[in-house]
Amino acid sequence: MKAHTLSVLVENRAGVLTRVSGLFARRGFNIESLAVGTSELPGMSRMTIVVIGDDAQVEQVMKQLNKLIDVIKVSDITESEIVDRELALIKVNAEPGSSRSEVMQIASIFRAQIVDVGAKTVVLQVAGDPGKIDALEKLLRQFGVKELIRTGKITMLRGAKTVQPTK
Amino acid sequence: MKTGAKILVEGLQREGVDTIFGYPGGVILPVYDELYDSPIRHILVRHEQAAAHAADGYARASGRVGVCMATSGPGACNLVTGIATAYMDSVPMVALTGQVPTSLLGNDAFQEADITGITLPITKHSYLVKRTVDVDRVVQEAFFIARTGRPGPVLVDLPKDVTAGQIEEVPPLPEKVHLRGYQPTLKGHTRQIDKAIELIEKAERPVIYAGGGIITSEASGEMVQLAERLLCPVTTTLMGLGSIPCDHPLNLGMLGMHGTVYANYAVTESDLLIALGVRFDDRVTGKLPTFAPHAQIIHVDIDPAEIGKNKKVDVPIVGDVRSVLQVMLNRLKKRDDRKQWLTRIRAWMRKHPLSYKSDGCLRPQYVIQELSNLLKGEGIIVSEVGQNQMWTAQWYCFRKPRSWLSSGGLGTMGYGFPAAIGAHFARPDETVVDIAGDGSFQMNIQELGTVAANNIPVKVVILNNMFLGMVRQWQELFYDHRYSYTELPPVDFVGIAKAYGIDGIRVEQCEEVPSALRTMIETDGPFLLDVRIEREENVFPMVPAGAAINEMIGGHVVPERELELAAAEEGDVTFRPGRKAA
Ligand SMILES: Cc1cc2nc3c(=O)[nH]c(=O)nc-3n(C[C@H](O)[C@H](O)[C@H](O)COP(=O)(O)OP(=O)(O)OC[C@H]3O[C@@H](n4cnc5c(N)ncnc54)[C@H](O)[C@@H]3O)c2cc1C
Ligand SMILES: Cc1ncc(C[n+]2csc(CCOP(=O)(O)OP(=O)(O)O)c2C)c(N)n1
Ligand SMILES: [Mg+2]
Repeated sequence: MKAHTLSVLVENRAGVLTRVSGLFARRGFNIESLAVGTSELPGMSRMTIVVIGDDAQVEQVMKQLNKLIDVIKVSDITESEIVDRELALIKVNAEPGSSRSEVMQIASIFRAQIVDVGAKTVVLQVAGDPGKIDALEKLLRQFGVKELIRTGKITMLRGAKTVQPTK
Repeated sequence: MKTGAKILVEGLQREGVDTIFGYPGGVILPVYDELYDSPIRHILVRHEQAAAHAADGYARASGRVGVCMATSGPGACNLVTGIATAYMDSVPMVALTGQVPTSLLGNDAFQEADITGITLPITKHSYLVKRTVDVDRVVQEAFFIARTGRPGPVLVDLPKDVTAGQIEEVPPLPEKVHLRGYQPTLKGHTRQIDKAIELIEKAERPVIYAGGGIITSEASGEMVQLAERLLCPVTTTLMGLGSIPCDHPLNLGMLGMHGTVYANYAVTESDLLIALGVRFDDRVTGKLPTFAPHAQIIHVDIDPAEIGKNKKVDVPIVGDVRSVLQVMLNRLKKRDDRKQWLTRIRAWMRKHPLSYKSDGCLRPQYVIQELSNLLKGEGIIVSEVGQNQMWTAQWYCFRKPRSWLSSGGLGTMGYGFPAAIGAHFARPDETVVDIAGDGSFQMNIQELGTVAANNIPVKVVILNNMFLGMVRQWQELFYDHRYSYTELPPVDFVGIAKAYGIDGIRVEQCEEVPSALRTMIETDGPFLLDVRIEREENVFPMVPAGAAINEMIGGHVVPERELELAAAEEGDVTFRPGRKAA
């Protein structure tokens, strides 16, 4: 069992997310994360799906995904040279005069931005590979994380290579 | 100006639809109004489930796309079992459903059900059409998807304002459908075919394992040719029955749970399994690690997801099995040195024939054999689910593809009778017989109304054991004879048929069987036989759940002495499936 990263091109149509996520649920596959948005190709969206399973299971997932009419291309890019990034928003306790300066210090080490400052809290925005976000969250926990939202990672091949529809 | 309903019906005609099985209701009214003076025939069923099964039967009997239709909410929901049945057996079907107007979608409106959502896991694809201008394109795509690649059901949900709405101009359709996410592979990979040929040429003990894909791709001619060329025995799945004539010298009959002992032995002992359009279903493989344990496996299938799904395969070939077989046949040389392997199999055949007691009692196997003799392999046989289905698979001599329609994957009781109706409309000149169980028949017994109203000449043979027989068999064998809720009280099926104006006979003695069957076949129009069979007859042999397929129980074993006598009589030339009334 290991995490596989799938880059999936889909038709940008109502219902496509249900079809994809339903397939995972129905066939008992575990999604670790799923991120979706439009792409440079007209009418197509890209999904990055992280799925946990052994090689045979993941091969079966990919084949089943490929059978969906609205799925145009599925690539397992786990073993490729990739960049992967995730965005998180973290609302953390940071009262002036108490922990606020320490929180800001940590934020700057992680190159997280402060995107909102409240009376007792700040909201940090951090982008990076998922491991970096995990590390930041862990450090901030001592101050009290009030809310954490992660987008799920998006992944792209390095260099000139791209995930494209076949022909 | 054209309404969506008109565009729909014209689209159906363009796709070659001649018959729709359906049931009307509020939001599908615009379509029904359009059908009123359309050349397309509409058969009004008595329950929407039957509409779906009839469309399925039509499709399996003809190879064309079957069409069913229902209104929104309850109507659409009643189609669900029929759609799932077609999905599991890869049957091309288009299901049209009415839907509440787009303005009310998601509003829990009257008779609203999210039917595209409900059927998501049991359709090949589905559409919720939101604009009248899309109707034409969706119809074209739906039929294309349903019949190409690995066929399957496609649902088209049509809100009332979309079918009632009008547009000035229907946008022109492309000549060929192009969907960028759907391009089935038809031609097998050359290098893979090379590898397969290499294995085939080396094999000493090959077996062809053929299934529903052979029927779908109309490849039985090629498959039988391959078998004859290689002198390679063939076993078929339940879905592959009819792809090779039952009495072909190389045919081992069905394999799997209720297959023949010799088919299961042959697969277990084989060194090469040539799997053609099959999906290694658990009813076939039994315990997976012991399925074909000595064999290398070649698997030809149009659906890449089926390859390696249950069993590791040595040579996968994705493609249309007919086209792949044609390429292979061009290259494979004739073999005439298979004597050792065939002799071994013949010995198993002699020793473990299918058999039943011929002691004058009314046994279902006898009824089926008699019917088979009477029809001589002509006609279309449909079954329900349970013992009736397995006995038919074992004892009916199928000679042609598309002569056997049965719910294999979902195992839907109630499938047979409406599917028989559909088969009649696909091939009106054929005799269509539904071999039924008393339990299954009562699941869609209301279709007697459809049959009577349209004088549809389908025949029903109820193998009436007054039990949910297959379940009772399991209770007998594995639950210590505790027949928990499987007994059915006697029903006067002939009386019920008569109430609908349909003729029938009750058969209680063995001697009455031949003449009753003849009367049934010779009667124009529908007919029903209520055959009171031995109540606790079992389907044997069988592989108990979880066992290896060569560990069958309950089969008849011919004693050594008889075997010697038979061998002396036969010499060693004949190689025939063993069937025998012991
Ligand atoms: C009570 C009961 C008992 C049963 N017992 C048995 C039993 O003993 N033995 C048995 O065999 N079955 C039995 N079945 C049926 C079983 O459940 C399965 O339905 C059946 O075995 C599947 O048959 P198949 O492998 O031929 O696949 P199908 O379901 O017919 O699937 C067809 C396969 O062919 C492929 N295909 C389709 N078109 C093409 C093409 N053009 N080219 C190439 N490939 C194509 C598809 O992708 C698919 O993989 C039983 C069912 C019931 C209800
Ligand atoms: C709709 C449905 N419900 C339940 C079952 C489970 N089941 C399988 S066979 C069977 C008994 C069938 O009885 P009958 O039609 O009388 O056939 P027999 O086995 O007696 O020939 C049942 C209940 C099923 N296959 N389908
Ligand atoms: Mg019964």
